[in-house]
Amino acid sequence: MRVVLSNSAGVPIYQQIKEQVGTAILSGELAADTALPSVRALARDLRISVITTTRAYTELAAEGFIATVPGKGAYVRPLDSALVREQLLRQVEDGLQTALDAARRAGLQRDDLVQILDGLIQAERISQ
Amino acid sequence: MSSDLAFALRGVGTAVSSSFGLHEVSFDLPTGYVMGLIGANGAGKTTIIRCLLGMRPIDTGEIELLGHRAPGPVALRQDIGVVLDHTYLVGDWRLTEVERTLRPFYDRWDGVRYRGLLAEFGLDPRAKVKDLSRGMAMKLMIAVALSHQARLLVLDEPTSGLDPVTRDELVGIIGDFLLDEGHSVLFSTHITTDLDRIGDYVTLVHGGRVVRTGTKDDVLAAYRVVRGGPDDLSDLVGVQLIGLRQTATGAQALVRADEAGLLGGRVLVEAPTLEEIAVHTGARVPASAGGAR
Repeated sequence: MRVVLSNSAGVPIYQQIKEQVGTAILSGELAADTALPSVRALARDLRISVITTTRAYTELAAEGFIATVPGKGAYVRPLDSALVREQLLRQVEDGLQTALDAARRAGLQRDDLVQILDGLIQAERISQ
Repeated sequence: MSSDLAFALRGVGTAVSSSFGLHEVSFDLPTGYVMGLIGANGAGKTTIIRCLLGMRPIDTGEIELLGHRAPGPVALRQDIGVVLDHTYLVGDWRLTEVERTLRPFYDRWDGVRYRGLLAEFGLDPRAKVKDLSRGMAMKLMIAVALSHQARLLVLDEPTSGLDPVTRDELVGIIGDFLLDEGHSVLFSTHITTDLDRIGDYVTLVHGGRVVRTGTKDDVLAAYRVVRGGPDDLSDLVGVQLIGLRQTATGAQALVRADEAGLLGGRVLVEAPTLEEIAVHTGARVPASAGGAR
C-alpha cells in the first residue's frame, strides 16, 4: 500500500489517506482480500496519530472499500459492482460538467455539444 | 474505576509554594493513545507529572492510574516507565551495570530486550552513564522503561535539548510502543511541533490550571486566530480576546471558535496551530481565566 502525505495540501491527513487508499482499490492496484497495515502500524509508519488513521479506516469501511476485523486488522473488500458503477458515474458527470463549463465560455449551444459528442463516439467506433 | 483509562486526574490541587500550585486539575487519557501536556516553563507540567507518579502528595482531588486509585499497590510502579528531564542513574555505572542494578526491582525484567534496545538505539553497553549525550541518556531511560514491560510511558520534556534527528527517532520509538493497544504515552513539551502529528490528545496548562483538554482535533477546532489592523480588535462586544498582542501595524489574538462569528468582516480569521494556541493561552493572566474551560 502506497500513501504519500502532503503537509501543505490544505487537505486533512485522514482525508488524504482515505482518498489514496480508495483510489488504489478502485484502480485495482489493491486487490480484494489484500491485508492492509493495522491502524497502529500505519500511524507509526506515517508518524501520525492513531486517531487519524482510525478515522481514515472507519470512513473507508463505511463506504464499503475495506473491512476491519477487531484484533486482526483490515483488508480490501471485493469491489462491489454498484460501488464501482457509482464511482464511474461520478467521473462521467464530472467530465461532462467540465465540458459544459468550457462550452458556455465558448458560446456553444446544446446542439453543438451533442454534435461534438456524436463525433467523438463515431471517431472511437472507426478506430476500433 | 474504569480500566479503559490509562490515567485520570480529578480536581487535583496541591500547593507548591505560597505563589504557585495546581488548582482543580482534571483530565484523563484513554488507554492506547498519546497525550501531549503543553505549557510554558513554570506552567505546572512537571508538578502534574510528579503528582501522577506519586512523587508528590496532593491536597485535594483524586488520581486514577492504570485502573487503581493512586498511589495503588507497589507493583503498579512496574507498569509505568518514567523518563525524567534528568537522569536518576549513577554517572559511573556502565550500561551493563545499569541492568544489573535495576533488574532485581522488576519482576518482568527482560535482559534480552534491554540489550536489543541498546543495540537498536546505538548505545554501547560498555559506555558510562556520565559520558552519554542528552539524547543518548534519554534513549537509555526509554530502553530501561521498555525492558520492564511498562504499559504507560511518562516522559517529562523528552525533546527539549534534542536535535531534530533524535526527536524524530523518539517519535518512531513512541509509535513502536503504541503498536500494542494496551500501551499509552503521556509526554510534556513546549515544542508543539512534536505533537502536531503524533498527538492523539492534548492538554494545555497555564498557571497551574488546565486551560483546555481533549483530542487534538477538538482543541484545534475550539479556537480561531484573528489578525487585523491596530484598532480592529478593540471595542468588540461578546468576544473574549485571548492573549491579545497589539503593535503599531496590527493586532493578533486567539478567540473561541463559537465567538469568531461576532468579529465582523474587517479581520482575518484563521484556524490556529497548536503553537499559536499555546502562545496565546500562555500569555493570559491566570486571574482572568474565567472562561478557561
